[in-house]
Amino acid sequence: MPWPAYFQSFLGGAVIGLAAAMLLLLNGRVAGVIGAVGEVVEGVLGRVGREFFERAAFVIGLLIGPFVFLAAFGALPDVTVTSSLPVLVAGGLLVGFGTRLSKGCTAGHGVCGLARLSPRSIVAVATFFGAAIVTVFVMEHVI
Amino acid sequence: MSAPRILAALVTGTVFGFGLTLAGVLDPATIRNFLDFFGAFDPRLGFVFAGALLLSAGGYLVSRRFREPALGGGFAIPAGRPIDAPLVMGAALFGIGWGMVGLCPGPAIAGLALGLPQVFIFTVSMLIGIAAHDLWRARQTTAEAVAPS
Repeated sequence: MPWPAYFQSFLGGAVIGLAAAMLLLLNGRVAGVIGAVGEVVEGVLGRVGREFFERAAFVIGLLIGPFVFLAAFGALPDVTVTSSLPVLVAGGLLVGFGTRLSKGCTAGHGVCGLARLSPRSIVAVATFFGAAIVTVFVMEHVI
Repeated sequence: MSAPRILAALVTGTVFGFGLTLAGVLDPATIRNFLDFFGAFDPRLGFVFAGALLLSAGGYLVSRRFREPALGGGFAIPAGRPIDAPLVMGAALFGIGWGMVGLCPGPAIAGLALGLPQVFIFTVSMLIGIAAHDLWRARQTTAEAVAPS
């Protein structure tokens, strides 16, 4: 893997971190993706929270982001997803349920929580990285 | 609810989604190869986290110098919650799903822009997972209120 690719990933990460800093400094909120998506789901379930429109706007922004990338660079990244249907469904259910239960995902616990050295987030990140590494190992090298 | 706050959230979400795309994490292979130490290890996710944590920590340190965020409403930063079983259980379940497919909530939402049916199936399943959790919690809370133990 060439160094320009590493630099691009670092830059992309920095832009993600910039977004987290912006939301904190402007609105005073943690840029948690699952918190925002969960608020939208809650709204659909009939429990419209006080910050529903803010959270929904953040989620809509997440969807717009790739199109800004497309406008800027002329193409979206070339992505191939190889997972089978049962794996996609089981994975999605686990990610949705799990991140809600632990009140944070790679964004809330990872990018935001780790940055302020939150003990809960450190435990969460260590746990989900550990579980993910074991899962990939089992799927790629055992089964 | 105020228009400037909603606009700020919209712009922030857009910057976030752009960053995810630039970082290469819309591709599940980037995630799964990073997690695969014994196979096709790809360090890029480490660079993504390094960049993200640098700016996020900078923003946090700056925020501590202010009593109020720029658009008001106070700082709502989770603090004081204990490290409990739901935290560890939830993170473990999330990690298994993340390892299985290579998508977490941010790339699942932003990745819908790619128009791939697999991402759509994953994201809809994730939304069902969220709803299942929330309905289960709501039922649990109601049961506790009816019959306090």
